[in-house]
Amino acid sequence: MHVIVCIKQVPDSQKVKVDPKTGVLLRSSADTKMNPYDLYALETAIRIKEQTGCRLTALSMGPLSAKEVIAEAMAMGVDDGYLLSDRRFGGADVKATGYTLAQGIKHIDEDYDLIICGRQTTDGDTAQVGPSVSEYLGIPHVSWCRQIDEISEKEIAVKQNLNEYLLTVAMEYPCLITVEKGIYQPRLPSYRLQKASEKKEIRIITLDDLPDNDPDHYGASGSATQVEGIFEPNSELISEVYDGDGLSSARQLYDKLVSEKFVEVR
Amino acid sequence: MGIVIDHEKCVLCLNCVANCPFGALSVENGRVEVNANCKLCKLCLNNCPVEAISLEENRYEELNKDDYRGIIVYVEHDDGLIHPVTYELIGKARELAAIMNYPVYAVMIGYRIRQKAEELLAYGVDRVLVYDHRELEYFRVDNYTNAFEEAINYLKPSSVLVGATTVGRSLAPSVATRFRTGLTADTTVLEMREDSDLIQIRPAFGGNIMAQIKTTNNRPQFATVRYKVMNSLGKVENPQGVMEVRTLTAEQLASRIRIISYDRLPPVNDIADAEIIVVAGSGVRDEKGLQMVRELAQALGGTVGYTRPMVEKGIGDNHHQIGLSGRSVKPRLIITCGVSGAIQFTTGMNKSDLIIAINSDRNAPIFRIAHVAVVGDLYEILPELLRLVQEGR
Repeated sequence: MHVIVCIKQVPDSQKVKVDPKTGVLLRSSADTKMNPYDLYALETAIRIKEQTGCRLTALSMGPLSAKEVIAEAMAMGVDDGYLLSDRRFGGADVKATGYTLAQGIKHIDEDYDLIICGRQTTDGDTAQVGPSVSEYLGIPHVSWCRQIDEISEKEIAVKQNLNEYLLTVAMEYPCLITVEKGIYQPRLPSYRLQKASEKKEIRIITLDDLPDNDPDHYGASGSATQVEGIFEPNSELISEVYDGDGLSSARQLYDKLVSEKFVEVR
Repeated sequence: MGIVIDHEKCVLCLNCVANCPFGALSVENGRVEVNANCKLCKLCLNNCPVEAISLEENRYEELNKDDYRGIIVYVEHDDGLIHPVTYELIGKARELAAIMNYPVYAVMIGYRIRQKAEELLAYGVDRVLVYDHRELEYFRVDNYTNAFEEAINYLKPSSVLVGATTVGRSLAPSVATRFRTGLTADTTVLEMREDSDLIQIRPAFGGNIMAQIKTTNNRPQFATVRYKVMNSLGKVENPQGVMEVRTLTAEQLASRIRIISYDRLPPVNDIADAEIIVVAGSGVRDEKGLQMVRELAQALGGTVGYTRPMVEKGIGDNHHQIGLSGRSVKPRLIITCGVSGAIQFTTGMNKSDLIIAINSDRNAPIFRIAHVAVVGDLYEILPELLRLVQEGR
């Protein structure tokens, strides 16, 4: 049995600011980290490995620096790591990213059993790449898994959180799941595994390695959407300002609530 | 297609490397190179002092956009109970469709849902397609994708709108991928151009910036749309639409997902549905302040909301956290107390009908989106306001 976990290296996105004069994005640092939601996918996968003895592979896509997150995954307990890295993969939207990952999975092992993804990334924030990968692979998926009920050599049963209800379902392999934050508490990387994994090679997959190596199907060329521009969120004008002392502001506020019919005068 | 760097012209000023928001540019072997992080935002193009950066455009096989007409809204429901995002999407679809003189379609997939589907005609939908089979009783992405695919092949719509809910964000990427077309996630603004291009705007980088996206050369154009952002236009006076029941083959209905059980979760008192919200931010420093916020919410018949720092401190739970990492809300009234107004927060509430902000810092960013700015100490204002509201005079 072979489980593949998809992970991503993301920037520390909360630090981004827009320069009010030039409109240029300012980043206080180029810090990157493992997408925090992927830690839950890894923990889920490692527990499945501990239970079934399956082979466990991590797959990422990005620049060569993304090797760092694969090394981190290995230090948590992943056996092998692959990185899809090629400048022709750049500028990919959901469609092209899903396709590239699906092709990468086929390159690694046509006979994979289970693909696990985190619920979303903190930079793209779409939560839609995992489902797209499953469609490209022609396999069913269950998103938002919050519990693994049963796992065997043949199938997996999970609980899926769909807001107002909980659906318990089972799927035979091959299939894909995306897991919720908090499904299990992610473990910390182990020093022993880190040392052991330093000897292992993280294999780089380029476009030429993939079953489909038509560059028009990847990166910006293979994308259907295009970013026309980025801008700062609108700021609206204030219509009223109350800046007197506390008592007068409270009175003005009260009158406003009355005039807007939020308070009924008895 | 992609960013191309003319290494002859490049003077290695590294302005582009430093300003790339995605870390997509780096120096490799003494040359600036583009890596796979590139999102084609084109910032580097505009900021290069020597014009060494250019965009290589795709040569497309020209798509005939006139072959695709109309807008599909996916009708999300739970056992026939229609999710309110559906009415918001129908409202938006009607506005967008009016620009192109397009029909508005609704697609409903489930079991024993015909009556509910028919009720949608009152909202100004021109045509409701219904897929009503026992196999579709519960959401399963594979046979739902088949049903949706049938609807798209039948109607040939230009755009497809799906709520950015748990179901929507599983279904929409599957259907969009099946058609090998573009999908924008979690959009908050939609506009229709006269050439039928759907302009989709969504927050990026945790809401720090907005990205404007379009589907250049593929149809249909897919967007998942955030709940509580668009306006439901309500019912129309003389509904003219029709309902059509479509049937699927056994093959289309087959699913590789086996339902074991279905459990309705106890209703969560979710702040996304509140009409009146009073928010406590970091300026609410102690239990006394929190108590005032709670009492004000109660006196107004509302709910208390919290900012992320407050939830991280253990005050309030995720279901009452407002903002990008919490809930998006669109109440009739929101009063923020001691909330500075980080963009991650305001993105989740700036569509509220009436925004009243109380903050002692005159320059707090919250005042940029507030309709009523109350500059002052909440510990002075709230006790008096509470007294007035409670006494009603």
